[in-house]
Amino acid sequence: MNSPSSPSPRPRVGLFVTCLVDFFRPSVGFAAVSLLEAAGCTVEIPETQTCCGQPAYNSGDRADTKDLAKRTIALFEGFDYTVVPSGSCGGMIKEHYPELLRDEPDWARRARQLAARTYELVSFLHDVRGVRNVPVRYDGTVTYHDSCSGLRELGIKEQPRALLRSIPGLKLVELPSAEVCCGFGGTFCVKYPEISDKMVANKAADVIGTGADTLLAGDMGCLLNMAGKLKRLRIEEGARPVRVRHVAEVLAGMTDEPPIGEGQDKGRA
Amino acid sequence: MQPTSHRFKENVRGALADAALQRALRFFDFGQAGLAERRRQAVAKLPEFEALREQAKAIKDHTLANLDWYLERFEKNCTAAGGHVHWCRDAEEARQTVLDICRRVGARTVTKGKSMIGEEIAINDFLAANGIEPIETDLGEYIVQIRHEAPSHIIAPAIHLTKDQVAASFRDTHKQFDPARPLEEPRALLDEARGVLRQKFLEADVGITGANFLIAETGSSIIVTNEGNGDLTQLLPKAHIVLASLEKVVPTLEDAATILRVLARSATGQEMSVYTTFSTGPRRPGDLDGPGEYHVILLDNGRSQLLGTEFQEILRCIRCGACMNNCPVYASIGGHAYGWVYPGPMGAVLTPSLIGIENARHLPNASTFCGRCESVCPMKIPLPKLMRHYREQEYERRLAPATVRMGLAAWAFLARRPALYHSMARLAAGVLGRLGRRHGSFFNLPLATGWTATREMPAPQGKTFQAQWRARQRSKGRR
Repeated sequence: MNSPSSPSPRPRVGLFVTCLVDFFRPSVGFAAVSLLEAAGCTVEIPETQTCCGQPAYNSGDRADTKDLAKRTIALFEGFDYTVVPSGSCGGMIKEHYPELLRDEPDWARRARQLAARTYELVSFLHDVRGVRNVPVRYDGTVTYHDSCSGLRELGIKEQPRALLRSIPGLKLVELPSAEVCCGFGGTFCVKYPEISDKMVANKAADVIGTGADTLLAGDMGCLLNMAGKLKRLRIEEGARPVRVRHVAEVLAGMTDEPPIGEGQDKGRA
Repeated sequence: MQPTSHRFKENVRGALADAALQRALRFFDFGQAGLAERRRQAVAKLPEFEALREQAKAIKDHTLANLDWYLERFEKNCTAAGGHVHWCRDAEEARQTVLDICRRVGARTVTKGKSMIGEEIAINDFLAANGIEPIETDLGEYIVQIRHEAPSHIIAPAIHLTKDQVAASFRDTHKQFDPARPLEEPRALLDEARGVLRQKFLEADVGITGANFLIAETGSSIIVTNEGNGDLTQLLPKAHIVLASLEKVVPTLEDAATILRVLARSATGQEMSVYTTFSTGPRRPGDLDGPGEYHVILLDNGRSQLLGTEFQEILRCIRCGACMNNCPVYASIGGHAYGWVYPGPMGAVLTPSLIGIENARHLPNASTFCGRCESVCPMKIPLPKLMRHYREQEYERRLAPATVRMGLAAWAFLARRPALYHSMARLAAGVLGRLGRRHGSFFNLPLATGWTATREMPAPQGKTFQAQWRARQRSKGRR
């Protein structure tokens, strides 16, 4: 991996793992560590991190959100950078913490300082560490879904595509409506499952229509939703199988684990 | 119109099961010929669009900060041009004022241009109940009127219908024509409606329109239309009544021109609407045509309560519809499910603002916060942020179901206690990981039945990241 010179030769990066990666797909966390180390970073993982607070924030519970935001700020403000394998949690820290804590000047300042040094994983590799290619191979046709927070809050669009295009054997095809929400929406999919399902059904049809054998994205929430729908369509309607992975797994060449939602029996439930 | 926003979930189930509606909503297929794509192309052709958005926002922010002054200036200049301004606190006052004018001029038939304020104050039902026949003259509005429905979109009222449904309604309503006439082509539907409406225009005693802008410096009102029906509505009858809410006012004609440059592009992807009609007072001596009386209903209906609050920003809305044209939730359920006059993201903020969060608490919740609405809003209204503020009110006032609040409280309790949080996560991931290892996902999970009814729930890999990382660090330490 090529990493042009950077201000701090070996920056200390705090990895904010996110609750969904911690719980559902730890392999994404290890892929992130591997990518960051290859990009010349020293990675540390504060053990007492939990959640960024977004579920409470989007449920109108500002008091609990503030507590969790302050915990996270205190845990991560000592690092050169905070990196998050999620545009959604990254957007929470980068865009929403400063707004959330605006009435407490000291915390607002600390929130802004942390926000300025917080990045979503792929954009950090590309924009901050100057990574332009990754030394892995992937044989397959891949399509990419732009998760909403990463796209619209953090401006992540070209970075993952640029890195994916550098991979030998990988053919990238664009997903129609790649910028339309998959219907996950955090608590939305719990509160309004029927609307959520309609949205993910549209998304799954688009994905299948691309002919791609692999669907990638940068957020576990969207990935669980899309993988769950694609698999159910395969079981019930015989839809074409699509492997679903977090983009970091492919970039790190760590694709030994079964794809999201797939088991040892290749998913025939 | 009686709000059904409190029954949002039932409305949604009905909408998702309505095959005709779902066919009609294909018009919203993103990336194809829908309104969202037309907007995108129009914006791409105008390099200064972003700068215009900023200007448009600044104009409205300035006006809202000085709203009393500009409204009084509008009244003064409108009155000087021979018009009458009626300040109406609520829907009841507005309806009564309109009825009084209609009665005074002896109106039996009233033509109407498209007006969302007309929907908000339910003027049609009120006039009909008082023996006056209201006729909608915008084609979409006319279609929903003869079907006894409400508009499902603020600029495309009949977008929830297919042309076959429209043809069926025309056959049911226009009994004067040959039942075997061909109505398959949209053009045939248009011609028939035009023929029917032409007679109504000539019969009307009063014409009611909405307003896209009120101009303080001239006392004028402006409407934009694509069908020209607004012009016939307001020019032919004895009296023209403009229904406008307070926030329609802008200081100058120049300001209106700036906002017009973002309005049609955002709405339909047109550079300008086909007609942009300026009205200043009644017919003057020597004018060839025009109404004998010109009235402006200035409706508050709760808007002044929003001034100075975090919700003031929704008053910048110019009703272009871009937020709903780009909303994947609207595209899934259509406009009626929202249960009142204003659907989509702007409705999810304006509806609780006008009828109370307790009557519309689902609306600001039924959003994934995907942010497309804010990204296309020509007035840069932070719609997700405003919806989140309503969720905060809902939480503070304990309007959310107890199960939701308790679940959230339990989760927040854990998230503040990392040791407990991680051991619970380790336990749950371990159990689910073992159960799901073979299939990789769950067909049915007791606490997530909403999800698993239609989707697999992917199984966790087994051990949490934190547990594996700690084990790895410990083994490194031992080496």
